[in-house]
Amino acid sequence: MSRLTIRFHPLGLVVFAVALTLALPVLVVLGFVFVPAGEVWQHLAATVLSDYVKNSLLLMLGVAIGTLIIGVTTAWLTSMCQFPGRGIFEWALLLPLAIPAYIIAYTYTGMLDFSGPVQSALREWFGWGYGDYWFPEIRTLEGAAIMLTLVLYPYVYLLTRAAFLSQSICVLDVSRTLGNGPWRTFWLVAMPLARPAIIAGLSLALMETLADFGTVQYFGVATFTTGIFRTWFGLGSAEAAAQLAAMLMVFVFMLIMLERYSRRSARYHHTSRRHQDIRRYRLRGWRALLAFGFCLGVLLLGFLLPGAQLLKWTLTVADEVIDARFMEMVWNSLKLAGIATVLALMLAILLSYGQRLHPARPVRFAVRLAGMGYAVPGAVIAIGVIIPFAWLDNTIDAWSRETFDYSTGLILSGSLVALVFAYLTRFLAVSLQTVEAGLGKVTNSMEEAGRSFGFRPMTILRRIHIPMLKGSLLTALLLVFVDVLKELPATLILRPFNYNTLAVRAYELATDERLAEAAPAALAIVAVGIIPVMLLSWSITRSRKVAK
Amino acid sequence: MRGIKSIFGSLLALVLWFTPTVSLASAEVNIYSARVEVLIKPLLDRFSEETGITVNLVTGKADELLNRLRHEGRNSPADILLTTDAGNLHRAKEAGLTQAFDSELLTNRIPAQYRDPTGHWYGLSLRARPIMYAKDRVDPATLSSYEALSEAQWRGKVCIRSSSNIYNQSMVAAMIAIQGEEAAEAWASGLMRNLARPPRGGDRDQIKAVAAGQCDIAIANTYYLAGMLEDNDPREREAAEKVAVFWPNQDGRGVHMNVSGAALTQAARNKDNAIRLIEFLSNEESQQWYAQVNGEYPVNVAAAVGERLQAWGGFKADDIQMEKLGEFNPQAVRLMDRVGWR
Repeated sequence: MSRLTIRFHPLGLVVFAVALTLALPVLVVLGFVFVPAGEVWQHLAATVLSDYVKNSLLLMLGVAIGTLIIGVTTAWLTSMCQFPGRGIFEWALLLPLAIPAYIIAYTYTGMLDFSGPVQSALREWFGWGYGDYWFPEIRTLEGAAIMLTLVLYPYVYLLTRAAFLSQSICVLDVSRTLGNGPWRTFWLVAMPLARPAIIAGLSLALMETLADFGTVQYFGVATFTTGIFRTWFGLGSAEAAAQLAAMLMVFVFMLIMLERYSRRSARYHHTSRRHQDIRRYRLRGWRALLAFGFCLGVLLLGFLLPGAQLLKWTLTVADEVIDARFMEMVWNSLKLAGIATVLALMLAILLSYGQRLHPARPVRFAVRLAGMGYAVPGAVIAIGVIIPFAWLDNTIDAWSRETFDYSTGLILSGSLVALVFAYLTRFLAVSLQTVEAGLGKVTNSMEEAGRSFGFRPMTILRRIHIPMLKGSLLTALLLVFVDVLKELPATLILRPFNYNTLAVRAYELATDERLAEAAPAALAIVAVGIIPVMLLSWSITRSRKVAK
Repeated sequence: MRGIKSIFGSLLALVLWFTPTVSLASAEVNIYSARVEVLIKPLLDRFSEETGITVNLVTGKADELLNRLRHEGRNSPADILLTTDAGNLHRAKEAGLTQAFDSELLTNRIPAQYRDPTGHWYGLSLRARPIMYAKDRVDPATLSSYEALSEAQWRGKVCIRSSSNIYNQSMVAAMIAIQGEEAAEAWASGLMRNLARPPRGGDRDQIKAVAAGQCDIAIANTYYLAGMLEDNDPREREAAEKVAVFWPNQDGRGVHMNVSGAALTQAARNKDNAIRLIEFLSNEESQQWYAQVNGEYPVNVAAAVGERLQAWGGFKADDIQMEKLGEFNPQAVRLMDRVGWR
């Protein structure tokens, strides 16, 4: 097939159009780049810009190191080793995913700050006063990196574990017959094979890091995100703020390129379908203890401690806060997350499959662009949604007034449609990355086999890809669901009248520094998020058994 | 052409039928509010009860609500914009998003400095930002003014939050308006030298740091202290008990104040209901509610303040026109960038 015919193929065109539509908010924001910002930019460059760049890079570095160490280690331990508690850690290690980053930041600050219970107790026991002792300061750049690591490592863990589990047992067996011990098998076989998944997880974690606003703002760390808001609203320069956002997107683009590059031409197909139960390395003695301790430590810091603190706060206020309106918020959150998740999944399949069939350059580029929304702070995406939607509504209104003498008002703005659209723009990358990583494992020969049966592309998708992708699809399902559940800035500004969600409630009270009152909503987000986590973990384990 | 039009028309009708837009019934009023829901909803409920007017509410950050309002244009469903600072009210007015209205009730109840001279917006509650100090370590006789906090005797003893916060931006803006940029910058840079730790956390965190001994002095809004004193968590109450309020600049310009307030939007369709609601929010009963529930000061001079606020004593507030805070805001942010106020 020549390139020209590829370009005008209907599916390619559809994919191109859909991707571009989803990229619209990002494009709108980027559009501001061409508006001169004047001397605001000089002011930024002279004062704070270098801080923004330095802090953002350091934060990314810290989170990268942290999530890689924790994510890959726990993934390897729970999938390849046998030690006490493994069956529980397997799913429990995903739980921190359900805690919004700013909530964990508030919680730890409450516990570890100078006036918190830990330091107060220390002072009481030892009779210290201020300045008599050294205690790590939580509200710093390092602290922010740790907070983000604790809630973001599950991305790496989840994708890496799925990759380890789907590795053909034969490859690992071959490694064993060649005399490689567990360590050598890990470094020489399993790691390289899992690399696309690891990098996909890492890039999700890093994009989330770049988009974080709540944590860095609370910790007083000046990053791009805080800089964008300060410039936009404090200095009143939308143009300079958009230009900062564009710089942020350069970072993201580098991340995406890194991910592409790491895959390059390599294909990570498994040639054998002979899956067997993995023979896990049985850990004994101090090794088992070490593995147990590591997983428990991660779980403790990422979930149990902050969860316990939230629970404690909740108990002090529960009877005032939990009422019918609270249940309505739970329902709203679930509904929104459900709708957005299903749509994001369908779009991810469409885009990644269409791209696979028609890898023309404009198509690929548009799909990349659509995935960039993930690293853009939700509030910036929201602005990118408001502008085109309001324009469309007002244009329709003007036309209708002129033609029918009837004012339609705003149709889409301020409706759930605009909000769900914002979610899709923001979280498409999550489902896209996951589905693409899974799709990468389907060999061309399988597709060719399908075609030799005379299957049409949709049939191949339905009968070959989707069954094989089940694990990846479930992963995408969970990630998007939990992400939407936690999402705040876009929800806050785009929602219709009288429409409250758990995240909105938790955030409003937390920023008003009423942590105890914010706790029930935060805890409810966690509780609702746990359900899909359980389901997912159960089905991954099960799919492994069935595949045998 | 006719065919296309009728197809479009019926499509539109279909879409409209499915879209749950806010109806244009007369007994309604729509609010974009920067006040968080728990700090306004009870009052709105009371209003609905008394008048039978349904109140629809969206809360969010002021800047973003402004942005939404701007792009929705004349079709915006919002009738009222509520903010928690004067700067954003001023910005809304400058952007042409609000409209002037006269209300005898409002002009009588609200002192002139706390409303827009042309009637575009009206203040509804006052937020004082005084000095707070550790009862056991600081002799209030050594305190005098905000300006004095930049002197060498307070080296390493002051806590204040980040300059990304609007209250600090407004405070510096007020200083620029009164004393000029140069003096304000010298003060801010002196204050930075005196910090006990880099700015981080919210106002409550500054108060807690004073209670714990990390610093002796903090600048914070009073209602945060009030909130801590009423908190369910005994640790919060205990910390708050160790801290006292000092009203600075009583011989001079007075304590820095900000207002929360309301404006009628340019696009307002339920104008009468909206004005009625704003008037309701300024009546004595509502004003007392602000003071009781959130420890803010009433803007209506006739309203009594609660026990808590009475215990802190009366004070002289600065008499600057609130709109200046918005006017000088960008200048304030730049100034704080220059002196390294994070």
